[in-house]
Amino acid sequence: MAEGTLSWERVRVEREVETVSRPSLSYWQDAWIRLKANRRALISLYLVVALLVFTVLGPFVWTVDPAAQDLDQISVPPGADRTATVAEDYRPWRGVSATPIEGSGVPVAPATVTVADQPTTNAVRLHWDPVAGAGGYRVYRNRFDPEPDGALGLPIAEILSPANVSFEDRLDLKAETYFYSVVALDGSGRESASYTTVTADVTRVITAREAAAKGLIENATDVSAGDTVKMAFHPLGTDYLGRDMLARLMHGARVSLFIGIVAPFFFVIIGILYGSAAGFMGGRADQVLMRFADFVVALPFLLFMILLRILFNVESGDSGIGPMLVAMVLLSWPAAARLVRGQILQIREEGYIGASRLLGAKTNYLVLRHMIPNTMGVILVTLTFAVPSAIFTEAFLSFIGMGVAPPTPSWGSMCNEGLKTMLTTPHELIAPAAFISITVLAFNLLGDGLRDALDARMRATE
Amino acid sequence: MFLYTIKRLIQGIVTVWFIATATFFAMHGVPGDPLMNDKAVLPEIRANLEARYGLDKPIAAQYWIYLKNMASGDFGISFTQQNREVNDIIREHFKVSATLGILAIVFAAFGGILWGALTALYRNRMPDIVIMFLVILGISVPGFVFAALGQLSVVEINDWLGFTLFPVAGWGTVQHMIVPSMVLGLGTMAFLTRLMRSSMLEIANSDFIRTARSKGLPVTRILRKHQLRNAILPVITVLGPSIAAITTGGFVVELVFAIPGLGRYFVQAVQQSDYTVIMGTTVFYGAFLVFMVIVVDVIYGFVDPRVRLE
Amino acid sequence: MSEIADTPSPTVPEGVAGTGLDLRSLGQVLYLGGIGVAALGVLLWLLAQWNEGGAGEAVDPATGTITLSLGGEPPQLDSTRGTDAVSFNILGHTMEGLLRYNAENRLVGGVAQDWEIGDTTATFWLRPEARWSNGEPITAHDFVFSWRKVLDPRNASEYAFILYGLKNAEAVNRGEMPLEELGVYAVDDRTLEVHLERPVPYFDKLVAFATYNPINETFYESREGRYAADAEDLLYNGPFTIASWVHGASIRLEKNPQYWDAERIRLNAIDYAYFTTDSNAIINLFKDNKTALAGLVAENLDDALQRRWKIKRFSDGAVFFMEFNHREDRLTRNYHLRKAIQAVNDSPELVYRIIKLPGNLPGASLFPVWLKGVDGYFRQEYPLADPPPDDEAGRRHLALAIDELGLDGPPTLVMLIGDSPTAKKQAEYYQNLYKQKLGIDIKIDAQIFKQRLAKMTAGDFDLVMAGWGPDYDDPMTFADLFASWNENNRGRFDNPELDEAVDVARSSSDPKTRMDAMAQVQQILYDEAAIVVNYERGSVYVSHPRLKGIVRRAVGTDPDYTGAWIE
Repeated sequence: MAEGTLSWERVRVEREVETVSRPSLSYWQDAWIRLKANRRALISLYLVVALLVFTVLGPFVWTVDPAAQDLDQISVPPGADRTATVAEDYRPWRGVSATPIEGSGVPVAPATVTVADQPTTNAVRLHWDPVAGAGGYRVYRNRFDPEPDGALGLPIAEILSPANVSFEDRLDLKAETYFYSVVALDGSGRESASYTTVTADVTRVITAREAAAKGLIENATDVSAGDTVKMAFHPLGTDYLGRDMLARLMHGARVSLFIGIVAPFFFVIIGILYGSAAGFMGGRADQVLMRFADFVVALPFLLFMILLRILFNVESGDSGIGPMLVAMVLLSWPAAARLVRGQILQIREEGYIGASRLLGAKTNYLVLRHMIPNTMGVILVTLTFAVPSAIFTEAFLSFIGMGVAPPTPSWGSMCNEGLKTMLTTPHELIAPAAFISITVLAFNLLGDGLRDALDARMRATE
Repeated sequence: MFLYTIKRLIQGIVTVWFIATATFFAMHGVPGDPLMNDKAVLPEIRANLEARYGLDKPIAAQYWIYLKNMASGDFGISFTQQNREVNDIIREHFKVSATLGILAIVFAAFGGILWGALTALYRNRMPDIVIMFLVILGISVPGFVFAALGQLSVVEINDWLGFTLFPVAGWGTVQHMIVPSMVLGLGTMAFLTRLMRSSMLEIANSDFIRTARSKGLPVTRILRKHQLRNAILPVITVLGPSIAAITTGGFVVELVFAIPGLGRYFVQAVQQSDYTVIMGTTVFYGAFLVFMVIVVDVIYGFVDPRVRLE
Repeated sequence: MSEIADTPSPTVPEGVAGTGLDLRSLGQVLYLGGIGVAALGVLLWLLAQWNEGGAGEAVDPATGTITLSLGGEPPQLDSTRGTDAVSFNILGHTMEGLLRYNAENRLVGGVAQDWEIGDTTATFWLRPEARWSNGEPITAHDFVFSWRKVLDPRNASEYAFILYGLKNAEAVNRGEMPLEELGVYAVDDRTLEVHLERPVPYFDKLVAFATYNPINETFYESREGRYAADAEDLLYNGPFTIASWVHGASIRLEKNPQYWDAERIRLNAIDYAYFTTDSNAIINLFKDNKTALAGLVAENLDDALQRRWKIKRFSDGAVFFMEFNHREDRLTRNYHLRKAIQAVNDSPELVYRIIKLPGNLPGASLFPVWLKGVDGYFRQEYPLADPPPDDEAGRRHLALAIDELGLDGPPTLVMLIGDSPTAKKQAEYYQNLYKQKLGIDIKIDAQIFKQRLAKMTAGDFDLVMAGWGPDYDDPMTFADLFASWNENNRGRFDNPELDEAVDVARSSSDPKTRMDAMAQVQQILYDEAAIVVNYERGSVYVSHPRLKGIVRRAVGTDPDYTGAWIE
């Protein structure tokens, strides 16, 4: 009321005795001061900011394409050895054949098994002496010595013709020592009890052409067979298709945080509009509106999430973020609407509203100037607490296979993939799970802090 | 009071009708139907199948028939379990889910109160720090990660013991129930622990405790008669909403531990577009929750006369 | 988790009890805890009374029982209406048709003692000692009744097509002829005579299929529409009967004393105590000695090696391929576009680097390697030249396609897939492959089972990842898949030459002519790039070391425990 069109002159009184000793604070300033005093909430706030920076700026710093597949480095944990030897291009092998030897009785084990060529991660080539009376062979591969209990390992191949006495293994070869065992089969496919084992020390190789294509070297002609090159660097390792975990976590953050923040944002907005409309109109309209909100609240949440997620996912090639968002907003707005309405009803009875009315304030003014700003605190707290639950919902949908569509990464879907390889390559689970946990925790603690800071009741008692 | 109850019941029925309608149209909006299968069939046979299940009628007629049947408590016959009534399916599978849910909530409440009290008593000392760290994990790690880890640790424990202490999966005996319900109750337990802890601390600082102490009452008596009793109240108030969260949150645990619960069944039914089962399950769960809310409200109405006036 | 909102305020001042605590107050807490534990025990006991179930060890030599898990619950066990693997597996253990596969995978007599298959007729002589589980003898009428039931349009059997070799079968199934016109007759109680529409050289293999099982008419009618809904609504004639069927939880099979060859059966009971498809749960059950058999997945192989399990492999017979949409308005109708995709396809890379599970084989032909040809294996007699991936050729074809289609650059295609993790993983691999090699953008459309089928039927896709498993042991089960009249030809591939070859293969009884025609089908599919074959599915599994005689096979009951025993 300092300035205005008032036509009379103001009485100027100067009373120095009554100067306010503390600067007058607005609601938000006060809340901020109180939030700053809360160490846990402040740390959470920094964490949330850091997560946002990671999500928004991360991809500009770490520019690796999250969809690029490095099939030579599948499920590699962080800090693994990256050296590879340059080798010639892979050429199909014609194998070794032999004249089957007639024989009677149970076939024995092959006299010798030989590893042909240098065993590499591209191929390990075996051939063996034909066995009398064999109808075929079975080749096993193990990472551990089959002795003493004859655990031969993976039945890597079954050769149905006795004339073929060779096998080329290309299945998921790693740079380690393998124990290959060959067993002869009789005419009806039964295994003989004895086996012959040979070991192969596999070296990791990459062809010059591949190295050049992956950008590890400038030109394919720069290196020759036998040189070593460093494979691409993945600070957090790679996933089941050799994709960079760090890049995927950053892009996954975009999806998870997007759903986590945007969905609550939308349903809170709808809730504010709907709730304030109901709360302000009151009477019959209020009853009808709130009854409808009650209906929606009564829908079993997860069951309908699944139904709606499928209902909206009829467009092909969609990432699935949209349907999930819409489903979440459709099911969650009534809670926010109820909350806002309750607040509005409460504020409507407050003395200052009455005073404002007496001064001739219009409805619009009351809603915009008093009611909505005074519910903002509650709304902000609701919003903060809604983020973790939205992130969990996304993760849950990913778990039952109804999350975002591939190849879009999300923390939830990465977690779900990581679960399967939990025992062998735990890094694929730990990283996304840690990100979910940190985010959920940060938003929960921040919500606690905000609630305490914004609680007007507490301010009054202080 | 009687009128109030009647009014709430009518509201409840209308709500259930709304749920049923929403489910019906959401489901029929999804392309694909339960009669499609891996092998394509002759159009004539397809027509016969549609006639058998009444899917040849216009959608409005199907809706009407469906509502009529539902009113008489008949949800029809499952499409995938071709000779089973949906009512039987719900009865058999809900029993399992309810058992799991009840146990989980008991574990959660029991553990939450115990740990919450302990952390408050040992505030800022070792037990408090350790438990609160676990609580933070419980709140922030997604449920399915816990479920998988829970199953894995059962395998390891049994391996180490040399006999089966807790079964790895399946359902039926007490041993089967313990680990899944603990996993299911974990999140709620963590939340209740936090609630109990703060409630204990708040009470400890209240006037009547101060009075009791100044009267010279022994610490144990204060703890038992005053502090614990009063601190438990807020925990009990939030148990209601937690039950709803837990009964529908059983999906994950049921999937991981191969438990024949209704949640797992629902996920399968959605995959198979099994209309009748989807409808039955959703309406049943919806009605169950609505009914629970009404019961709670009516009880509150008895306790607190102000509610009736609204 | 929204309840978290009601969490404590950190500004609560230091409490009284928080500062000073003696052991007695701890004792109070523990005392209350003790009461709680006791109450919990009572509750647990009550809940256990309410629920039922529980299962024994994987293998119990004392009672001759084995415990297993099953992929799900059979929808029902009416053999005329069954379509899924689980139903067929249970039927394979509890029912027997005219013929069956033995442990060496050879056809032997089941209910039929002797049989004779000609060009247009087949005759089966039934065993006098074959009985239903209620002691009644099995007669030729039981077959006539069930076969008519299969083709009865009102029964709407989805597997009716497998009987189309019978005279008038299709007309009967369409409702154009009365059931009595179907070409199957009971000459007397012991003799079943079948009239065929055309020569069906593999008719002996067909009758081993579950849809051909007999049904006792009197019993069927007595159940008043509930036939095969529950354990007591079935009459058995196989090695086992269903002793109990707890819906959603377990199925228990017990040895059938009325089975004519009961001496062959050495197990007393099979307890399917778990219904789950979760591979981790199954493997964990196996580790805990609670199931006698567990399939392994690529992610568990290292663990399996560490535990020194004896790992076995088998092929489940199915072939997986990328099917193109050949409908008028689709880009994939363009020959060169399909050829481009075929040229860059690298099945070995898919199998060795992405699938990573032994037992799977890189695919080339629609006809898998295990199919028999004239004398030996079909694929050895009619090898398909499948050159290694050729990116150059792929780009050449793509350039031609872009030109012919009048596009600005590489097109964007929609790839329809199922919602399983494996399907998603493979789709992501292909998406990257086509982008890298050809610059084609792939939009992945992951849909749940029925929606995917709806889209496949409607032709709402450019590429679809699909698979086909064999119904009977003859190349024909694959050969007619892409005939223009086949409803399962979802991409609507339409090639008169292929149709003709299929007709030759269908109507001839000479093995050489038939196999030549099949080889022609194989070649056309490759040359026209109608599909791109990805892999032949197989798997590895572990079983209890004391359980012997499990049979795994591509066609027929799998896994088959009828000949198994505990050592």
